[in-house]
Amino acid sequence: MTEILADLNYWVTIFLMIGGLYIITAHGNMIKKLVGLGIFQTSVYLLFLSPGKVLGGTAPIIAPGFELYSNPLPHVLILTAIVVGVATIALGLALVVRIHEAYGTIEDDEVQEMEAD
Amino acid sequence: MMRDTVILRVVVKLLLPAILIFALYVQFHGDYGPGGGFQAGVAAAAAIILYGMVFGIDEAKKVVPRRIVNTMIPLGVLIFAGTGVASLLLGENYLDYSPLGSKPVKGQHLGILIVEAGVFITVASTMLAIFYVFGGRADEADEKGGEG
Amino acid sequence: MLAQHLPALQVVIPLLAAPLCALFRRGFIGWLIAVAATWLAFAAAIGLLFRVLNEGVISYAMGGWAPPIGIEYRVDLINVFVLVVVSGVGSVIIPFARTGTAARFNDTDQAWFYAMYLLALTGLLGVTITGDAFNIFVFLEISSLASYVMIAMGRDRRALTAAYQYLIMGTVGATFIVIGIGLLWAMTGTLNLADLAQRIPEINDTRPVLAALAFLTVGISLKLALFPLHLWLPNAYAYAPAVTSAFLAGTATKVAIYLFLRFFYTVFGGGGFFESTPLPEMFLVLSVVAMFAASTVAVFQDDVKRMFAYSSVAQIGLITLGISYVSETGLTGAMTHLFNHAIIKAGIFMLLGGVMFRMASVKLEDMAGIGRKMPFTMAGIVILGLALIGTPGTSGFISKWWIVLAALEKDQWWLVALILLASLITMLYVGRIVEVAYFREPSAKAADVREAPLAMLIPAYVLVIATIYFGLDTQWSVGLAQRAAADLLAGIY
Repeated sequence: MTEILADLNYWVTIFLMIGGLYIITAHGNMIKKLVGLGIFQTSVYLLFLSPGKVLGGTAPIIAPGFELYSNPLPHVLILTAIVVGVATIALGLALVVRIHEAYGTIEDDEVQEMEAD
Repeated sequence: MMRDTVILRVVVKLLLPAILIFALYVQFHGDYGPGGGFQAGVAAAAAIILYGMVFGIDEAKKVVPRRIVNTMIPLGVLIFAGTGVASLLLGENYLDYSPLGSKPVKGQHLGILIVEAGVFITVASTMLAIFYVFGGRADEADEKGGEG
Repeated sequence: MLAQHLPALQVVIPLLAAPLCALFRRGFIGWLIAVAATWLAFAAAIGLLFRVLNEGVISYAMGGWAPPIGIEYRVDLINVFVLVVVSGVGSVIIPFARTGTAARFNDTDQAWFYAMYLLALTGLLGVTITGDAFNIFVFLEISSLASYVMIAMGRDRRALTAAYQYLIMGTVGATFIVIGIGLLWAMTGTLNLADLAQRIPEINDTRPVLAALAFLTVGISLKLALFPLHLWLPNAYAYAPAVTSAFLAGTATKVAIYLFLRFFYTVFGGGGFFESTPLPEMFLVLSVVAMFAASTVAVFQDDVKRMFAYSSVAQIGLITLGISYVSETGLTGAMTHLFNHAIIKAGIFMLLGGVMFRMASVKLEDMAGIGRKMPFTMAGIVILGLALIGTPGTSGFISKWWIVLAALEKDQWWLVALILLASLITMLYVGRIVEVAYFREPSAKAADVREAPLAMLIPAYVLVIATIYFGLDTQWSVGLAQRAAADLLAGIY
């Protein structure tokens, strides 16, 4: 039990990853798909941040009295990844708005039906 | 838009300067502690977005017009990339800020300040542009007679 | 001084040009900037090529931070080859872009279109040149986001759904790649590719590294549209504007193939990797299935752009087939075909753009009798089509020849037979276009169509001539590919 709890952040990572992917594949609603995509990407943030934490370490700003610092690299990487994620979701939502204007629906199957004929 | 709620309007007006000052604090404190252009840009944009949500998107556009937003997005990127080019021209590698000042440390300081300013401008204006575009979509569609 | 900074300039030139386009918001100025930037980028790639040929591997420390701590731009023969292909194709398409975009979009949209084009180019060049794994992800997303926008600007409303679908699939692919990179980073503590290449072989039987391998394989395969992960590609190519189709067909998948080579050969290659994993066999099977399935589907398409989009999936199969041999001959064939196919497909989509410009349709039935109305356009499509089949005298023959040679090296006669059979199917769909365009009475739409404007024809013909030229003189295409292949294999032990 304690072993499982010690790796809690990785369990959450896996849960979010699988949950996100499931939403992307299972849902026909285009906005829900984007929500799934957002959850899926969030799992990656956690995946990167978890190994960066050094137990007992403080924020990586050099100050007198502290010697142990957490690894700052994942924070920089994930800040970038978050920006990428925001841009992706914004673009995706913009496309959904345009699709709604063009087709009058944002359900995947209905759009496909309209495209077929 | 919530034009009738007096409390909200008064509170927002009181909050706005505080949010903007906080954004600037995050921006300029980024050298010494957590912070920087990204966070500051989002905070500053949040102030305008809050204003727009309470007083209407047209009021927000009077404060920061679309034209300015559309110019600021590429401008910030140019400032960022241009700093790198400046260090190139001064004979160092791309984005090596050391030659920008009299001493390498001063150069690094100045360089990161300019780059963060570029990031601030782009992030703030991009957030605003997203807000304007999504928020104003319905109005635009009406003007064009329902066509997007 | 300039030569020293070429690795940075390669990416910075289009990166700086993109916001300039957006700043001026004038179609013509944007186009001028784009022309200048793409040609300068091409010149930078050529300059890098000569530097690599003279000096060997170039390492450039971004911001003066020495690798492996800082981000390193690392240029060797393998990626400079891809840089030349990507920037070359990118610079030929832009002169072509003016006519079509000016006719369809207003000033602001044109400027943004060129900005997106330049950003996509920045991203692709960045992915290719960088030696930092996370940097690859960032540049990959820059190019992908820009290309989603470029696809969505197509004239059909289906362009929107195609872009949306590509956005979902592409982001999942890129996220898979970044998960793989994250696992590798957690295991080794480094993001530098050269550094990873040294550390991975020692631990390549640990579970996180194997998981990373799986994630990277799926992610990169999604990006390069390897069968059966190609589903986003046909619609994206078919409904995007001609400029986008030509650009993506010529560059995006090629850069994904480069990533594939870089990760599997350079990073994972050591420590008996290719013997201990079933990857080569897996890719062999998938490649052959891709060649047959996609070609067969292509034969039955009514939309010519869609037909050639499926053909792209088949041709990518041919490239990965060459890679799956893990031999110098096979890699030479794969890299030569990467080069040749980029030119061929970009050319075809540009010429189809000319047809679209005149007829507002590329349906096969509408193209009936068009051979007499647009003789130069159709002649170009036929020549490039012959190159796709692999007719001797065209560049397509050279690359197929090398891949067949690689199969012969391993005494796999059945594979040679399969490659030839796939070429026959290619002949079927190219033949269908020839039959419709030359031997049928003009359709109602084709009745009063004129030849495509010169501004569109000339850039396309540059690629047509290049296809013939590289079919006769292989010094640059095969010669360089062979040396790059030798370098790739040197990383395997």
